[in-house]
Amino acid sequence: MTDATASPPTIPRRRLDAWPLVLVPALALVALPLVGSPTSWVTLTVAGLAMGMMIFVVASGLTLIFGLMDVLNFGHGAFIAVGAYVALSALGPLAPWLASGDPVQTVLALLTAAAVAMVVTGALGLVFERVIVRPVYGNHLKQILITMGGLIVAEQLIRVIWGADQKPMPLPAGLRGGIMLGDVAVEKFRLLAVGVGLAVFAAMTLVLNRTKLGLLIRAGVENGEMVEALGYRIRRLFVGVFVAGSALAGLGGTLWALYRETLTADIGGEVMVLVFIVIIIGGLGSVGGCFIGAILVALTANYVGYLAPKLALVSNIALMVAVLMWRPNGLWPVSKR
Amino acid sequence: MSLLSGDLPRSRILSLLLLAVLVGLAFAPFLFGGAQPINTAAKVCVFILLVASYDLLIGYSGIVSFAHTMFFGIGGYGVGLALYYGTATWPVALGGLAAALVTGVLLAFAIGLFSLRVRALFYAMITLAVASAFAVLASQLSAFTGGEDGRSFRVPDALRPGTKFLDAPLFGVDVNGRLLAYYIVFLTVLALFLLLLRIVNSPFGRVLQAIRENEFRAEALGYRVVRYRVAANCIAAALAVVAGGLNALWLRYTGPDTTLSFTIMMDILLMVVIGGMGTLYGSVLGATLFVVAQNYLQKLMGSAAQALEATPLLARLVDPDRWLLWLGVLFVLSVYFFPTGIVGRLRSGRQAR
Repeated sequence: MTDATASPPTIPRRRLDAWPLVLVPALALVALPLVGSPTSWVTLTVAGLAMGMMIFVVASGLTLIFGLMDVLNFGHGAFIAVGAYVALSALGPLAPWLASGDPVQTVLALLTAAAVAMVVTGALGLVFERVIVRPVYGNHLKQILITMGGLIVAEQLIRVIWGADQKPMPLPAGLRGGIMLGDVAVEKFRLLAVGVGLAVFAAMTLVLNRTKLGLLIRAGVENGEMVEALGYRIRRLFVGVFVAGSALAGLGGTLWALYRETLTADIGGEVMVLVFIVIIIGGLGSVGGCFIGAILVALTANYVGYLAPKLALVSNIALMVAVLMWRPNGLWPVSKR
Repeated sequence: MSLLSGDLPRSRILSLLLLAVLVGLAFAPFLFGGAQPINTAAKVCVFILLVASYDLLIGYSGIVSFAHTMFFGIGGYGVGLALYYGTATWPVALGGLAAALVTGVLLAFAIGLFSLRVRALFYAMITLAVASAFAVLASQLSAFTGGEDGRSFRVPDALRPGTKFLDAPLFGVDVNGRLLAYYIVFLTVLALFLLLLRIVNSPFGRVLQAIRENEFRAEALGYRVVRYRVAANCIAAALAVVAGGLNALWLRYTGPDTTLSFTIMMDILLMVVIGGMGTLYGSVLGATLFVVAQNYLQKLMGSAAQALEATPLLARLVDPDRWLLWLGVLFVLSVYFFPTGIVGRLRSGRQAR
């Protein structure tokens, strides 16, 4: 079985469990008659997809960290907030590029800001892993408590560094407005978000499924001790995944802040609730499940927000309950722990 | 001894501290004059009950819930809204509390039955999501709950400051409705605390601890793990509802900031951890220390911030609004170095000698 020289076609492939995939179009179709007008339906759907992508970017790092390391980082929200604030600071010097209104320069400026945010949150992740998380591997209760403590401290430090008041983070002029596709207006920023989300998903899928690193990570998720016994330093993998996950949180924070157009220090906590719902729906540790879950949550939130605004957040809980009734461990559970 | 259910403090310093807290709270109106200390004492009482009931979950059963403030809030809103919409009489207040108890326990039952089958992490996340949804719901249904502003309401006549029971002050203290309200809070908390002590030292409490230590083994011994956990969840929720009701009755106000906000959940966590998880005496010390520190630390930090005005960053670090930063640091450090909290420290010190 483990013979590496065995010809690939003989390896039994796990049958693709396609039911969760059907959920997304099914949800969208159910919503169509409820919403009524097709144009608002398309607008809502595109907006939902964009929001789903942003949530996915944030949640993917968390679910990967959980899958590989069995660490649930409640402090992930802090990385989101730090990413958003760093991007805001990085956009300051780049203001001339943004002011030009030229789409290419705008996107370049945003990419630079996002890259800075990712580097900072990645570095922070390295420190966080070493100082906060490492001493409590294998102890869930302490993990929850201590990462929660880390979240408080980080949120307060943000207030110390950037001030406690709300900060505006205006969407650059080049990304304002929308593109008309027939009757339907699609905001440019939403398109950008969808693009970024798809790119992250594609990159993650490729790395996880087509590279040796990805193979090791997946093997580590399934059975870490075995990977270690085969001579790979799983600790390094751990740290790498933690840093990558934190950097993704930074990217997600940047997108989320641009979407909200205002920044407060508790932005992280707010997103975390959505992120938790998403990774519970998706199945802890699963990237694909996280992707589906994020889209489901965002679409539901958007449709319900349009139909009955007061029920938006409650609708997510209802969605989570419904999914868990169907599959108690989420759509595509990875870990058997 | 049977009053304490055989669970003695087991440390001389701990006994002295607990006695000091008990005496301090029992005679608070007489020992400390003025409104501020009595408010602090009432808050300490309410939080002792809240934290002790939370300890039943986190310390004794190993369940991490972030929805404890939700039940606290249900209690507060139950009593508060009943008195706001109804007449300010005892039956209305008790009816509100009863309705809140039923709601809270049913909700705890549903959440527990649903998600306690899976692992602790799941439960933590689900409760966090449910609690935040509840908080949003409470502030969005503003026509009913008063939204962010909350509701101020009239309490029954006997609890009003204007009601005098004795013509002359007793030991320099007016015997009025506020005094009665304080003693209602104090005695209810005392009774429920002793009840909780009884619960955790009963066979039921032992099973909870067994499940915390090794769920698999407890199951193998024939205990239905889910049933015990759901029961613990419901008991803790019911006590939190009562704490919320008492809090509302004392404050004559109920609103999201005093009951549902996530800050309060953090406070509860800090109190449990600092006091010591898995021992109810820890919640007494944790709550007392925390509430007192909350009131006085901020003043201390204010003066420190003024002294450091020359160095802007340092001054901002000790700004009174940033006191949660220092509590957070304290929290992380205590999870690392004193996972058993103050009580655990005191007890182990005794054993070492």
